[in-house]
Amino acid sequence: MVNLKINNIAISVEEGTTVLDAAKRLNFRIPTLCNHPDLSVAGNCRVCVVEIKGARLLAASCATPVSEGMEVFTNSEKVRIARKHVVELLLSEHNSDCTKCFKNGHCELQELASEYRIGDHVFLDLVKSKDKIQDISSPSIVKDNSKCIRCQRCVRTCAELQAVSALAVVHKGNHQSISTFLNKPMNDVVCTNCGQCINRCPTGALTERNYIEEVWNAIYDPKKFVVVETAPATRVALGEDLGIDVGSRVTGKMVSALKKMGFNKVLDTDFTADLTIMEEGTELLTRLKKVIVDKDETVKLPMMTSCSPGWIKFQEHMFPGMLDNLSTCKSPQQMFGALAKTYYADKVNIKAENMVVVSIMPCTAKKFECNRPEMRDSGFKDVDYVLTTRELAMMVKQAGIDFDKLEDDHYDSILGESTGAAVIFGATGGVMEAALRTAYELVTGHEVPFTNLNIKPVRGIEGVKEASIKIKNTVPAWSFLEGVELNVAVAHGLANAKKLMESIEKGETNYHFIEIMGCPGGCIGGGGQPIPTSPEIRRKRTDAIYAEDMGMTLRKSHENPEVTEVYKDYLGAPLGHKSHELLHTHYKARKRY
Amino acid sequence: MEQLQLKKVDIIFGWDEKLTPIDVYDKTIKKSPDSVILDMIDSGLKGRGGAGFPTGLKWKFTRNEDSAEKYVICNADEGEPGTFKDREILDRVPEKVLAGMAICAYVIGAKEGYIYVRGEYNFLLKGLQKKVDIFNKQLQERKVDFTIYLRSGSGAYVCGEESALFESMEGKRGEPRNKPPYPTVAGYNSKPTVINNVETLVYTSEICRMGPEKFKALGTFDSRGSKVFSVSGDTPIAGIYELELGMQLKDFVEEFADGDAKAVQIGGASGHCVPRKKFNETVIGFEGIPTGGSMMIFNSTRSMYNVLHDYLEFFTEESCGQCTPCRVGCQQLLKGIEAVKKGEKPPSYLEDLKKLTLTMKIAAKCGLGQSVANPFISIVDNFKEEIIY
Repeated sequence: MVNLKINNIAISVEEGTTVLDAAKRLNFRIPTLCNHPDLSVAGNCRVCVVEIKGARLLAASCATPVSEGMEVFTNSEKVRIARKHVVELLLSEHNSDCTKCFKNGHCELQELASEYRIGDHVFLDLVKSKDKIQDISSPSIVKDNSKCIRCQRCVRTCAELQAVSALAVVHKGNHQSISTFLNKPMNDVVCTNCGQCINRCPTGALTERNYIEEVWNAIYDPKKFVVVETAPATRVALGEDLGIDVGSRVTGKMVSALKKMGFNKVLDTDFTADLTIMEEGTELLTRLKKVIVDKDETVKLPMMTSCSPGWIKFQEHMFPGMLDNLSTCKSPQQMFGALAKTYYADKVNIKAENMVVVSIMPCTAKKFECNRPEMRDSGFKDVDYVLTTRELAMMVKQAGIDFDKLEDDHYDSILGESTGAAVIFGATGGVMEAALRTAYELVTGHEVPFTNLNIKPVRGIEGVKEASIKIKNTVPAWSFLEGVELNVAVAHGLANAKKLMESIEKGETNYHFIEIMGCPGGCIGGGGQPIPTSPEIRRKRTDAIYAEDMGMTLRKSHENPEVTEVYKDYLGAPLGHKSHELLHTHYKARKRY
Repeated sequence: MEQLQLKKVDIIFGWDEKLTPIDVYDKTIKKSPDSVILDMIDSGLKGRGGAGFPTGLKWKFTRNEDSAEKYVICNADEGEPGTFKDREILDRVPEKVLAGMAICAYVIGAKEGYIYVRGEYNFLLKGLQKKVDIFNKQLQERKVDFTIYLRSGSGAYVCGEESALFESMEGKRGEPRNKPPYPTVAGYNSKPTVINNVETLVYTSEICRMGPEKFKALGTFDSRGSKVFSVSGDTPIAGIYELELGMQLKDFVEEFADGDAKAVQIGGASGHCVPRKKFNETVIGFEGIPTGGSMMIFNSTRSMYNVLHDYLEFFTEESCGQCTPCRVGCQQLLKGIEAVKKGEKPPSYLEDLKKLTLTMKIAAKCGLGQSVANPFISIVDNFKEEIIY
């Protein structure tokens, strides 16, 4: 233990603790900008400087470990002057058009400026007019250099968490900026649209491409029938942006709000998550049969999940040689859109061209996904608009809805019923768990051998998780799987995905099935989720996801009655002709630059 | 005019046929590493790159680190405006630098050494590589497990900052690191590293050759030994001169200036500007104004506004850009004096800018941003009229 004093109060902390964290324990808040709990220490914004007795220089508290006998002052005259200077300097190179900014009210720099009452600050305005031109090339992410404070959180996110490095620091001095390869538009580079940079950007330099006005216009258009679908992870996070505690489940309130906002039908992506399990589970078993029984060498294992569009684009760029390993299943969002504008349109007697499908997602990559040319199998754009959880929260506020006071409501039917297996899609390992619950039962006639169906080995925050399940007592149709040890792996966050993919590429593994989610923690940590994010916040959302699962009567996808109905009524069987037409797709190799 | 008393010294470029650098190496490694460190500490040698850290302590700290992998790095990223002594040293007596590195490697237990040569000195590389090859071979013949390599910079001033230099060597953007840890604990490749200036390394080998006493006898109590100065500006005899430390600026000016000096910029763009009225009271050395060697003389034809403007343009461009005080501060200072000159800001704005430099001095991440206050305050305070009107 190290003994020190902070503002004359003695404290004893573990060696290696930063001054910032030690101060936090004494409830002294030191402001930070470049610091983030998910990222390496940068120490470059200098807003967290503190005075250390005897030292000539102020120290960046985020980057300074405590030492024995240290005497720290977090609000001395020197500190206050320097900190205010730093904020003033940042504002002088920042486009401070706050009222027009998408992050207005959610900006860390704005908060600091407000805290220090920086009025008409003394320094000269350095914002260059060319930087005010936003990069709106990407359907997912808007980059606005005039708002950038060079904290490099996005750069570290893209490199450390996602192993993509679409964003990097270029040039030096007054020309230093955060840029893409050769300063190309965001849509033309290796960016996976995961939006993790947005989650960590303290200002409005990186935001989602928002479609709020388009969606309101559709709602107000009497000729349009607007259907909304909500992703699993949105229901455990939306509350955070609407004044409700982190980790609260707000499914019923969210449905209620969407109905009050004027959507014609409020449906659930969880329904198509269950449907995905039917398709993907069958695809896995079929692949296993082709490999084990038919010795078909053209069939690739391990099969890889395809729900996460950030992951899909990552693989298209980074591992194009393994595209055949990807499940051909569309993501639940896109299955929903394709079914909505065909099967569902018929059922509700609406012409597909008059239907608008809006999807509420924890994700920014979904915005890119719905714009992929492959995603028009209904004959129309299957999903018209994708809104992030954050955009939905803004719309709820705009609608004047007091979210906290809403009564719970239920999804409409059909395409609104779901099981616990679907909701856990929102957490890393969830798709795997849902698939195993169904596939195991299909093959053996028995439930998976885990207490309460909870397949714990695939849950949790570890970057890459592995599990093996021995298949015993198969039913006759699947007897070739008798005694087979099914090996699976789960990765979340693209840096972990890269590790897993590299070990597969090298032939070091013998997995049959792997689940990969592009974002840390899975969709609960998605790039479209409320800001801020941290390991603690993601843990609470994950707990809420599993609580939601435990609260469901039905917890296995194949038990979803609406899924059974859609096969009976329309699709036939999993991997059948209609399924192939509407629910499956293909991928394309992309270059890295 | 009275004959001047500046003591010129000939240690750096002198050549002892009886005790060549490799002979000095052979002689030195007969002593224990600890006794070499004692010699260095005893000599009072401080780093000649400008910061002036005691060399013996640096070696001692690195020696005390428990690591199988350690490095010796020669900082030849001589980027400070107005210094050109390392270029001359590497050109004329590279063997002495190499011997200093090898002695350091012996003391701390390093197997690899690197000379990081500034990009603009690439023309030196060919000749230097030959000398390095010969020296490496001599070490091999002695069965010494130490090899020296050359690395070329790419022209960024900030890469002369030691931790940015390591980043650059590791193939990353040349950006200074957070300290601690210091290089003696985690330098190149995060291993204990001694990084010394070219000139410092020559003095280490020279101290080993002639003993610490002879070195210590030169200079003053606070500034032992001699130093190579790069003299430029309004002088009829620009060039490099090895002089005893601790001299009076008045004597320096009398010897080197053209008789019309109004200011001397000591220590390059990041150093201090001393006006004529303070020539008498200024000592060149650690007790007065320390310098990495740059001495720029300005006569009465020069506009000190232009001088300051040039320096600020330089810093604005050469800041690595990562930390706020330096990246934005430099731009504000540059635009700020322009605004005052044009009358867009009142003269009192200079006081706001001076306060800003004081923040930069204590809050910037590295020496670059921290030192901008030196030229700014010393020029603005001493030549305020020239800045405003």
